[in-house]
Amino acid sequence: MSQPDPMAEIRASFFIECEELLEALQDGLQTMADNGDDLETINVVFRAVHSIKGGAGAFGLEGLVRFAHRYETVLDGVRSNTLVADGDAIKLFFRAADHLSDLVRESRDGGVLPEAEGNAILTELDALLGNKGVEEEDEAEIDFQPMGLALDLCLPDLPPLPSARAGQFTIHFVPHAELYETGNEPFMILRALTDLGPCEIICVTDKVPRLTECAPEAAYLEWTIVLTADVTEDEIASVFEFVEGLCDLTVESPQATQAVPASTALPDLPPLPDLVPSFAAKPEPAESAPVSAPPSPAAKAKTIQPPAAKAVVRVDLDRIERLVNLVGELVINQAMLSQSLESSGLSPHSDAMNGLEEFQRLTRDIQDSVMMIRAQPVKSLFQRMSRIVRECSAAVHKDVRLVTEGDTTEVDKTVIERLSDPLTHMIRNAVDHGLEATQDRIAAGKPEQGTVKLTAAHRSGRVIIEVSDDGGGINRHKVQQIATIKGLIAQDAVLSDMEIDNLLFLPGFSTASEVSDLSGRGVGMDVVRNAIQSLGGRITITSTPGSGTTFSISLPLTLAVLDGMVVHVAGETMVLPLNLVIETLTIDHDNLEQTRPGLNVVRVRGEFVSLFDLGVELGYRKAQDSYLDSVVLLIADEAGSRAALIVDQIQDQRQVVIKGLDESFYRAPGIAAATILGDGQIALILDPADIIAQAQSNTSALSPKLMEMTP
Amino acid sequence: MSLNILAVDDSRTMRDMIRLALEPAGFTVTTADDGIHGVEVLNGIAPDAIITDINMPRMDGFGFIDAVRGQAKHRATPILVLTTEAAPELKARARNAGATGWIVKPFDPAKLIKALQMVAG
Repeated sequence: MSQPDPMAEIRASFFIECEELLEALQDGLQTMADNGDDLETINVVFRAVHSIKGGAGAFGLEGLVRFAHRYETVLDGVRSNTLVADGDAIKLFFRAADHLSDLVRESRDGGVLPEAEGNAILTELDALLGNKGVEEEDEAEIDFQPMGLALDLCLPDLPPLPSARAGQFTIHFVPHAELYETGNEPFMILRALTDLGPCEIICVTDKVPRLTECAPEAAYLEWTIVLTADVTEDEIASVFEFVEGLCDLTVESPQATQAVPASTALPDLPPLPDLVPSFAAKPEPAESAPVSAPPSPAAKAKTIQPPAAKAVVRVDLDRIERLVNLVGELVINQAMLSQSLESSGLSPHSDAMNGLEEFQRLTRDIQDSVMMIRAQPVKSLFQRMSRIVRECSAAVHKDVRLVTEGDTTEVDKTVIERLSDPLTHMIRNAVDHGLEATQDRIAAGKPEQGTVKLTAAHRSGRVIIEVSDDGGGINRHKVQQIATIKGLIAQDAVLSDMEIDNLLFLPGFSTASEVSDLSGRGVGMDVVRNAIQSLGGRITITSTPGSGTTFSISLPLTLAVLDGMVVHVAGETMVLPLNLVIETLTIDHDNLEQTRPGLNVVRVRGEFVSLFDLGVELGYRKAQDSYLDSVVLLIADEAGSRAALIVDQIQDQRQVVIKGLDESFYRAPGIAAATILGDGQIALILDPADIIAQAQSNTSALSPKLMEMTP
Repeated sequence: MSLNILAVDDSRTMRDMIRLALEPAGFTVTTADDGIHGVEVLNGIAPDAIITDINMPRMDGFGFIDAVRGQAKHRATPILVLTTEAAPELKARARNAGATGWIVKPFDPAKLIKALQMVAG
């Protein structure tokens, strides 16, 4: 196995870290925008940019360093209260954060960003600081020179310089007590000097008092060193860099000491430690010495709320996929086992059956845990959308605020990834088409600032993601007009509001009278709908003229396991998602009604619900003569619309493993996926809401059949 | 010369880089994620030198140095500050907190090793 390049690994982990830091940056800026700038938030924001800069410097990513540095300088201004972060400043910070994340991405992928945008933002950032910032900038530019990290730790030895320049330096080194307090150690400094060249080191002990008079914290020793080396004074100064100001230091240069005979230059050096005999004089922490007690770390920890440390393991997605598959197999296997145990006629109170129950519980726990591994909060997705809103609203000159709710709602990772494009499109639509122009909003008596709301929530075993705006709602008249012009509907079609709204999903439909930069990318809502459907989800529109439009996406929570109701229809075994089944009932004369010819309804506790024969809807059989005594499942989808489905028999309720149907299968309406039952048989998993929708749109076609059913 | 080093930095990348720079040179590196974590880790080890970042959550580098110097057994433990700033005020502040020396980020591994040997042997 080839050894992975450690530097490449660190680089990869740096970019992952950048993602986290950018997320923290966005969060922090949002908090600042919402609640003003408390110190801890601005610290978090500052640190995020600062850490990105630090890492970027190590990898020689100069463009990133340059931008991050100036961004950080401005944030530092906010941090130190020399700059007030007002609304405009925070908007600029957001743009800078967006640009920073672009730079990170480009640095990672080796792309190059046009500098113009970055420079424009930098100019604005600098302007916030005024002239002061520019001056600081110049100085800082010199201070911080990014350099690539040379990993070759064995630096080649430099060729010795001609010795003709070799000279003698006489150095007087008088440490102050503070030198010891900072943990510096004269011995180490003297040793570092000997690395430069041969040294004659004399320890001056004149000031050492009698032992009884020794103050433990005082410094009594000083040294005179004669260094013979071909070095510059700067090199000598660099040895004393850490103790500069903590000692008296004089360095007499070779010119001044030229007269010293060369013969004295190379004394036999005894081992160094002997040269510093009074090492013991180094202040030892005296028990009695009053130690200025710094606040204990624990006490500080309490005042600052420590974020819960999360230990994270990075795992290859393939391994998790494998685990998910294995758990799926386990669930199937468990179903087979329980089926064979049940058919063996064991008492339900037998040990085997009790064990089976426990086994089922464990299987479910394992399954939940495995699903949780893949689950991720939608937050990162929502943050990306806030950027889309910022960019999009700026492009169409609208003041738009994005409100998000349910950021912590967890969804399968695959779902998150594949939602990005459809959501982007919907958000753009909301800003571009959904919200009215500012003057129209004012005219309509609405706040100037438009609101786009993005929410995520778990509802009856599914994830509901909604994009809503407080705009003018769908202009149904215009929509119908366009659809007619484009030949999508008949000239004289009479459509319900809902049907008109759904025209938006037709391929090739666009309400924009002209293709704008933003939305007219040749992608319509039909593409969005297809993307959602490919995730096993549905999308619906509700719109109220004058007050806005809401797109609601309903997605399965996990892509793997489902609580299902197993039913028989026309000799076929099928599975319906249990969470959609409200109740089951039997049809009799009392609850069957015909509201108009062709439309049969079943009355459930005073409420009428449309009745459909599942066997007919799926094309397995013709409508029956009579449905009296049929078993009916009352179904409700997330939107709350109800329907009653006629089935032949209900077999069981159980967990089934969803086996997705390959792309190569025809995507039949109403069929969500397939599963393997306990007896090894394959059954289709139905999407009842889809079936109902299909059935309703085919109502007229079905009418004759349904008419047959009531004598 | 094998030295035990405690490196405190909130950036995983920096911790990894310090490790990568020092371990091949025979150093033993222990890391901590911030000042508070650093103090906790310090309870179990006796490092020859400590490297610490300045900007960190929960407890920053200054607070950390303070806390370390407050422990009698660490009054003379060399502490190097790893910082992106080379501003004189920062050096002065680090020193006032009790730092032994400083390394400017991004660091050159050879220089880091040299600096550590310079302060810790």
